[in-house]
Amino acid sequence: MTNLRVLTIGGLISYRALFGWLNPASYTLTILIPSLTQLAFFVFLGRAAHVADDAFFVAGNALVAAAAPSLFGMAQAVAGERYTNTLALIVVSPASRPALFLGRALPAIANGVVVSIWTFVIAGLLFGITIPAHAVAPLALTILVTAFSCVGLGLFNASLGLRWRETGVLGNILLYVLLLFAGVNVPLDRLPSWLSTAAQGLPITHGAEASRQLVAGASFSHVAPLIAAEALVGVVYTAIGLTAIGLFEVEARRGATLEVA
Amino acid sequence: MPFARVFAVGLALHFKMLSRSPFDLFVVIASPLIFATLAYFLFEGESSSSLLVAALASGVMGIWSSTTASGAGALQTQRRLGVLELLVGTPTPFWAVVLPITVAISGIGIYSLAVGLAYVRLFYGVPIVVDSWPAFAAAVPATIVSIGCLGFLFASALVRYRSAFQIGNVFEWPVWMICGLLIPVSVLPGWLQPISWLFAPTWGMSALRGATLGTGRPWLDIAACAALAGAYLLAGIVFLRFFLHRARVDATLALS
Repeated sequence: MTNLRVLTIGGLISYRALFGWLNPASYTLTILIPSLTQLAFFVFLGRAAHVADDAFFVAGNALVAAAAPSLFGMAQAVAGERYTNTLALIVVSPASRPALFLGRALPAIANGVVVSIWTFVIAGLLFGITIPAHAVAPLALTILVTAFSCVGLGLFNASLGLRWRETGVLGNILLYVLLLFAGVNVPLDRLPSWLSTAAQGLPITHGAEASRQLVAGASFSHVAPLIAAEALVGVVYTAIGLTAIGLFEVEARRGATLEVA
Repeated sequence: MPFARVFAVGLALHFKMLSRSPFDLFVVIASPLIFATLAYFLFEGESSSSLLVAALASGVMGIWSSTTASGAGALQTQRRLGVLELLVGTPTPFWAVVLPITVAISGIGIYSLAVGLAYVRLFYGVPIVVDSWPAFAAAVPATIVSIGCLGFLFASALVRYRSAFQIGNVFEWPVWMICGLLIPVSVLPGWLQPISWLFAPTWGMSALRGATLGTGRPWLDIAACAALAGAYLLAGIVFLRFFLHRARVDATLALS
């Protein structure tokens, strides 16, 4: 019961604190508009390069829109506590670490889903991409699963925040890796084979492919393995993130480096 | 002469400070690496001069990224450091204090250009062949200073907003998109082109491309950069006077 309370109420309070500075205007400026302009950039770049049609870039980048709030939001789970001088209190609390950090992950997943759907809908209208009616529900599931896997990577980013203050830099590096190598903007067959293979372990790779196939008219059963693969990637990153948080926490206690990281 | 000294000292000081900031360095170094790589994979098979221009474009993207990331929020940074009131209160005109900060912010974009060129040379074997070195040597500072002056305009217009950083960030991708950097303007809707003329990166990139490939009229583009820089500067000074006056009247400089 205590873990459930930490997971839900703790996560909600942390989320409200994290975005406490946000009002609708700055949320729009920070998240909603950049997700669209970023997508438009890649659509036009794709047109110039003649490597794929607009749907390829819309379907992929709408999912990347979920990555940014996940990566940076989760990083703030640690950096924000440090900023408000409460990181040490978190570390000494007896609360279950999975409940604590997964509680912070749930609102980030919800936020990622909202941003991704917003980007998909507006970009679809702008670039004339239609989604078949039967694909709407599976697409929503794909977005949810992809947002989860991005938050898994975000948890890993958060763990690095225990070792390094520059979580913004780390988040940007991870985001750029996704933009370049997750098959979102560069088709995987254009990457070197080893890179294309490595991309199978990145969040979004399978989700983007599922999303493209759904937009093209594929059925749920056809893309189910891709969605499952995306979920598996998310589970693995979540496990890595939680393990890393535990390891770095122990190390920070041992070396008394929590506040000097 | 005092303005020249304030500008020179301020520029040197802030350039050195920014050169030690992991975040600012990341912004200007990552952009050329990421976007030159992207161009390599997307435009594979095109001539080496195309990749050279893409490297320059990704360098200009880095300069612009630095400006939007830090330039717009330059005064917010001074506010956070607790020195904004002191700077406003100095006898030196405030614009002369702010201008070197924003030019330094775009100035570290020189790393972007250098990294972009070194990257395509070392990793993709692209020869650095420039048709007109004098025009290229003039285009680099013209691009940096004009973008720095645009950053000055942003900083001045947004001095009263704590969310200046976020507002500045909104311009990052659109300017990358419309200014003919990696994306040819021919693939964009026609109505976007006149808008792109208002942004210094359009002319800076055109000058760099023209000087490198021997096409276009790079000196004219450099002149356009200079003209835009002057316009940004004048508009920025007007904005700064107006907003600072309002902040003094309302006593909201620290509270904005």
